[in-house]
Amino acid sequence: MHSTEASREADRLMTICNSCRYCEGLCAVFPAMERLRSFSDGDLGYLANLCHGCGACWDDCQFAPPHEFRVNVPKTLAIVRVDSYRAYAWPAASSVLFVRNGLTVAVAATLGTAGFMVGFWIFADPERPVAAETGGFYRLMPHDAMVALFGAAFLFALTALALGVRRFWREGARRKAPLRASLSIWQAMKDAGSLRYLDGGGAGCATADAPMSDRRRLYHHFTFYGFLLCFAATAVATLYHFLLGREAPYAWYDLPVTLGTIGGIGLVIGPLGLAASGRTRAPALVDQKRQGFDLAFLAMLFLSGATGLGLLMARTSAVMEPMLALHLGIVFALFVTMPYGKFVHGLYRFVALVRYAQEDRGSAEQDEA
Amino acid sequence: MLDLTKPRDVLVVGGGNAGLCAAIAARRAGASVLVVEAAPKFYRGGNTRHTRNMRCAHDRATDTLTGPYSEAEFWDDLVRVTGGATDEELARFMIAESKEVLTWIARQGVRFQPSLGGTLSLGRTNSFFLGGGRAMLNALYRTAEALGVEALYDAPVVDLEIEEGRFRWATIECRGERIEIGATTLVAASGGFEANIDWLKQYWGDAADNFLIRGTPYNRGAVLAILLGKGVARVGDPKQCHAVAIDARAPKFDGGIITRLDCVVFGIVVDRQGRRFYDEGEEIWPKRYAIWGRLVAAQPGQIAYIVFDASSLELFMPSLYPPYAAASLPELAAALGLDPAALTATVSEFNEAVRPGRFDPAGLDDCGTVGLTPPKSHWARRIETAPFYGYPVRPGITFTYLATRVNREARMVLRSGEPAANMFAAGEIMAGNVLGRGYAAGIGMTIGSVFGRVAGREAALYALD
Repeated sequence: MHSTEASREADRLMTICNSCRYCEGLCAVFPAMERLRSFSDGDLGYLANLCHGCGACWDDCQFAPPHEFRVNVPKTLAIVRVDSYRAYAWPAASSVLFVRNGLTVAVAATLGTAGFMVGFWIFADPERPVAAETGGFYRLMPHDAMVALFGAAFLFALTALALGVRRFWREGARRKAPLRASLSIWQAMKDAGSLRYLDGGGAGCATADAPMSDRRRLYHHFTFYGFLLCFAATAVATLYHFLLGREAPYAWYDLPVTLGTIGGIGLVIGPLGLAASGRTRAPALVDQKRQGFDLAFLAMLFLSGATGLGLLMARTSAVMEPMLALHLGIVFALFVTMPYGKFVHGLYRFVALVRYAQEDRGSAEQDEA
Repeated sequence: MLDLTKPRDVLVVGGGNAGLCAAIAARRAGASVLVVEAAPKFYRGGNTRHTRNMRCAHDRATDTLTGPYSEAEFWDDLVRVTGGATDEELARFMIAESKEVLTWIARQGVRFQPSLGGTLSLGRTNSFFLGGGRAMLNALYRTAEALGVEALYDAPVVDLEIEEGRFRWATIECRGERIEIGATTLVAASGGFEANIDWLKQYWGDAADNFLIRGTPYNRGAVLAILLGKGVARVGDPKQCHAVAIDARAPKFDGGIITRLDCVVFGIVVDRQGRRFYDEGEEIWPKRYAIWGRLVAAQPGQIAYIVFDASSLELFMPSLYPPYAAASLPELAAALGLDPAALTATVSEFNEAVRPGRFDPAGLDDCGTVGLTPPKSHWARRIETAPFYGYPVRPGITFTYLATRVNREARMVLRSGEPAANMFAAGEIMAGNVLGRGYAAGIGMTIGSVFGRVAGREAALYALD
């Protein structure tokens, strides 16, 4: 009836939680659970992706281990969650990349960086030494080539992500998606953007020692908004190039550089903070086998930010060329591994929040009727 | 590591809601406080870990309460549920204090939320703990520890030294050692004896072997027994306990809320001979929920079976174990270990007696039986649509009523009628003063918080004087 040991366990736990309901006010998982009486794999994937892993329900649970009912919802749903990314990944054969995710990401980063180094060398521009002094990246790699390569990587990632998320959405559906999804999407954007459900019902995340802390939420904001700013920096630079004909390099005060600098700082502080606060999490909540999965993604985000900032500082120095290869290699690897790593959690969770908002509206309308 | 040789101003025995409220209040008043808890850390707090709300009077609606609940209305409810078995002076004092406790407890870090789904009837009167009783307890412990209250787990009290009504020291058993802990004052907040099967047997005989205990195995009433044996006055009927019918498959101890069954009113309940024995539809469920433990306890083997059909399956809250299910009544009887002919005969007789009416699962409807003994007064519908379902049920003991007598200062009263100088009691161990019988949702926590806070305050006052 269930495909994995973890989903069987999640089914057992949801049956217990559904007869208790004390955690109803903590987050979205429990109200969503209450709308169901039995739990398919699709339902469990939906509930698992609603869970932000704050650990409050574990801290509050009278049936947590060592109680014989052994209720540990955050840890079980964390396993089901990663299983769901793998189950819905496109193409299907790629699901293997989730299993050895740390290795996958490391190989991608190494190959990416090496690829750019070799590329710069093969397509060496005779005026290369000049490039270093002027900060002219495009002497090393023509802008069109850069756009083509990263555009292709980005499109590939986008396609794979979209197909995976679509399967997730469909399998979690109990009924046809109702109308007025736009309101639900807006609600989900607010909930995701503020990490509404990573606050432990108001008290913060469950840590190994009291008191609770809310630092994961803060560092996640650094990371997520840092990432968005970096993305915006690239987008603005692309518009500058094609619409205004303004070519890089840009001055430090120009929009692409300021956005990228602030975003880069976020991508350095955020992942470091998340990795550090991950170490203070209550050990009972941590699934040791999947820690590499989280760390690989954090490492890639950190390296993207750090090499970006490094490149900015070194753009007129002799180490610009290896810095550029490193930065482009890391970012390229980040893009191609996006559909097969922790990055997908954002999309799956967002989609789950949209469904939750829809159900909420649905039941509100029923109440009014 | 705790220094157990140093006498404390206040020794609190029992680390549940009442004990923690006492510890926090005493510490805030400047006293040094040690809490000794019989259970290991995870199981600390006795029945508090299974609670979910408290009932406090309040003048107006709040973020989490839908309307006012006056002292007069609280008093009326208390008189109704206890049938008058309450100490009016103490009860009115508690109700008045409960108003302030509602805000005081929130200042100690306890968070509230609107009433849970399925409990809307309590949304005006009862404040629900965000995350339930263990969340509430964790918040109190965090606050207490931050204030400098010390806590020792796995440390049951095995004796109290009491001289002429004065507490001198407590003997605890900790890691195989007996340790004497001296303190200027004692706050006993160590609950009742519901998990002490031998004690229950004094009143129930061997039937008590078939009882399930809804809370932890640590609620053994050791301190209650010592105090009553050393001159403290008793109150409350020792034979009384709060018992509900819970799933017979529940663990012996600590199955908590998730083994309760809310489907009695939608089916019939038979004994192990397959015969009905009480009107299942006498009143709406919340008003009759607490009589079924005693009813089942009175049946042979202390077991009964709720039987219903497909039409009722989704009318009640799901519970931990799925019901037994079968395509026919004889098959269901076999699955439950009942005589198929007897169960079929009981259901046929019941079905014959059902008169048509307008079924209303939410209120007293007009679906009753005619000419049936015992009758089913409401929600009587023919049991005829397969699949058929059954739950085996046993008495689930929640708490006991036997208590130490106290006064308004939460001081224990001695058998001589004199108040004890330095001994206080709070929570279930003295609940019988206010709640001589019956139950109203959340009132156990009110008793614990109000008298815990008073006991802590008074103990500190005495100790620091």
